[in-house]
Amino acid sequence: MQTTRLAFAAAAALGLLLATGCTTDTPADDAATDESAPAADSGEWFVQAEYDEQLAQRDIEPEGDPNTPWLQAIEPEWVDTTEFKREGGDATVCFSNASVSNPWRVTGWITMQEQVKVLQEAGAIGEFRTSDAGDDDDQQISDIQAFVDSGECDALIVSPSTTATLTPAVETACASGIPVIVFDRGVNTDCATTFIHPIGGYAYGADAAEFLVENLEPGSTVLALRILPGVDVLEHRWAAAQQIFGDSEIEVLGNEFTGGDAAEIKNIVSQYLQRGDVDGIWMDAGDGAVAAIEAFEDAGKPYPVMAGEDELSFMRKWEETGMTAIAPVYSNFQWRTPVLAATMILNGEQVPAEWVLPQEPITAADRDEYLERNADMPALHYAKFGGEDLPGFPDAWRDR
Amino acid sequence: MTRARRLGTALLGGGTGTVFLLLVLIFAGILAMNPGFFEGPSLMAFLKQAAPLVILAAGQYFVIVSGNFDLSVGALVGAQVVIAARLIDGEESRTVPVMLVMLAFGIGVGLVNGLITTVLKVQSFITTLGMLLVLYGAIRLWTGGAPTGSLSEAFRTPGRLGITGVPVVGQIPWALLIMLALGAGAILLMRTRFGRILMASGDNELAAKLSGARVDAARTAAFVLSGISATVAGILIGGFAGVSAQVGEGLEFTVITAVVLGGVALGGGRGTALAAMAGALAIEALFTLFNQMALPATLRPAVQGVIIIAAVAYAARRRTRPALQSTASPS
Repeated sequence: MQTTRLAFAAAAALGLLLATGCTTDTPADDAATDESAPAADSGEWFVQAEYDEQLAQRDIEPEGDPNTPWLQAIEPEWVDTTEFKREGGDATVCFSNASVSNPWRVTGWITMQEQVKVLQEAGAIGEFRTSDAGDDDDQQISDIQAFVDSGECDALIVSPSTTATLTPAVETACASGIPVIVFDRGVNTDCATTFIHPIGGYAYGADAAEFLVENLEPGSTVLALRILPGVDVLEHRWAAAQQIFGDSEIEVLGNEFTGGDAAEIKNIVSQYLQRGDVDGIWMDAGDGAVAAIEAFEDAGKPYPVMAGEDELSFMRKWEETGMTAIAPVYSNFQWRTPVLAATMILNGEQVPAEWVLPQEPITAADRDEYLERNADMPALHYAKFGGEDLPGFPDAWRDR
Repeated sequence: MTRARRLGTALLGGGTGTVFLLLVLIFAGILAMNPGFFEGPSLMAFLKQAAPLVILAAGQYFVIVSGNFDLSVGALVGAQVVIAARLIDGEESRTVPVMLVMLAFGIGVGLVNGLITTVLKVQSFITTLGMLLVLYGAIRLWTGGAPTGSLSEAFRTPGRLGITGVPVVGQIPWALLIMLALGAGAILLMRTRFGRILMASGDNELAAKLSGARVDAARTAAFVLSGISATVAGILIGGFAGVSAQVGEGLEFTVITAVVLGGVALGGGRGTALAAMAGALAIEALFTLFNQMALPATLRPAVQGVIIIAAVAYAARRRTRPALQSTASPS
């Protein structure tokens, strides 16, 4: 009897593990916990001022050469960096990476390393030290601390795992007197010399939602597929889409979390199709977009109007089927910018305090051009990775 | 009268019966929400998508009933799909050879799990947790984090297509036929001498050993069967949805929950293969029900956890009662 009890207690524990298992890899667990009221989540993640700013930034011509979008900046406010000017080209640049846990980060990480090689050969930087925190906040805090304690980093690049938790670590690094460069997700301090990011999540979600509204008849139905709750860049995408769908005559059938798992996506879309027609698909990231399209094929339904991402598997399927679609972009080329910014700062050149990179969706008009440029690239690669002119191209990205 | 009572005990009482009751309840819920679900084509679509989990549950059942765990199956499914995409790389002619390589890999992983557990006497929880991490890490290392290559059309056939043009149901998925064949195989296997040894090893290892059963060999074979089931599940899942970086993630917990939901006791020695597979079907049906109810996605894991605990606790309560009664009133 005793063993039976024990066994069932273990079973219950497993049930709990299953229940919580899907959120353990969320890099923002703290933000995910209090999301019990789904009706409130638009309010919780929606900041009108940021939304308006990002939507406006989409129409502002960025400064700089359009052929090198990773060096362009939208309305930059230049800051002086002469205090960090350093003689000699053997600077040690350190990089604390949140993780390489998804194809978007893998693609960007390769681009960054190839850019570093070029800078090293040119003698602009010496050693490039890196750490990977595997999406673990505590690990990243100690990674940053170790870089600071070593006293050997002449500049520190941080791609934070989460916003609030990493803020004190970044502040410590700033206080040590070296230039700090933050990119991708932000932190709650402006002590960094520059914060590099594309326009942002609201613009991404709005690009996708506006396209669906424009291309669907009033009264059409849209299904929203989301990766996971509680991550700011993803929540902003959905918050923007809710604004735009709310002002239109589109009916949102539901918003489902898929974990980016293709099998899960196909299940969910198939089930919605069993219950009725789905005219459009909105996604907060393109992972598994092809599985969603296949669900329509297998159910014998006409293709939806779709917003995916500039991930190649989706773009190739888009071309093959000729469906009406758009590929919103969360500019992957931003991974080049931080190392270039580091060399600029160490040369005492000005950099933008907030370096807002352009973020333009790929439309039917320029789709084929991007597909051709990336013809040799694997399926889970991002079209706007911006590394075509680096000497490692195409092998470094192809043979990953 | 006694027969009715026995039927009642089977359904409401003993651990294995509960799952069928749960399945009926969930299906009734789905029927109330959406009667269209039970039309041929959508039922077939449900079974097609449930097949991989059912097959995994059959494999996991062998391991659990013999007194062990296999936590490595989710990572193995993921690894198999990534290996397939990389080795096939879109070439139709490589489909069958690569499937054989995958089978060999699945058997190899099962064999290693089994030998480490039985020969080196490492607890299976640790062995297979280690294997999970090894596979996860090795695949990340090999692919640099993002899978490359693509699956061939032929590879995707078993998981995605079926016999078309069948009256009433429309399409009979290959995945369903594979599931039925392997499920029947699992049930028959448990009726053989091997099956009895497996059950006995989980129930009382020492007694089984003393009566001359080769416990270690049987347990190792159970891990190999689990590895094979993960391979087949990988072929079906990859076929169903294609390659993605997340494929297989968390499957080990879903499948262990399914088996436990089927009334199979952790620690081994009790439960049937059929009920374990029904547990998998119940979990998939539960996901479908949540979808039909349009339950907020953030609430689902919590509801799912409560239902699982309630179902297992219910089964446990009913199971303990007859034993108490038999001592109190032998009538």
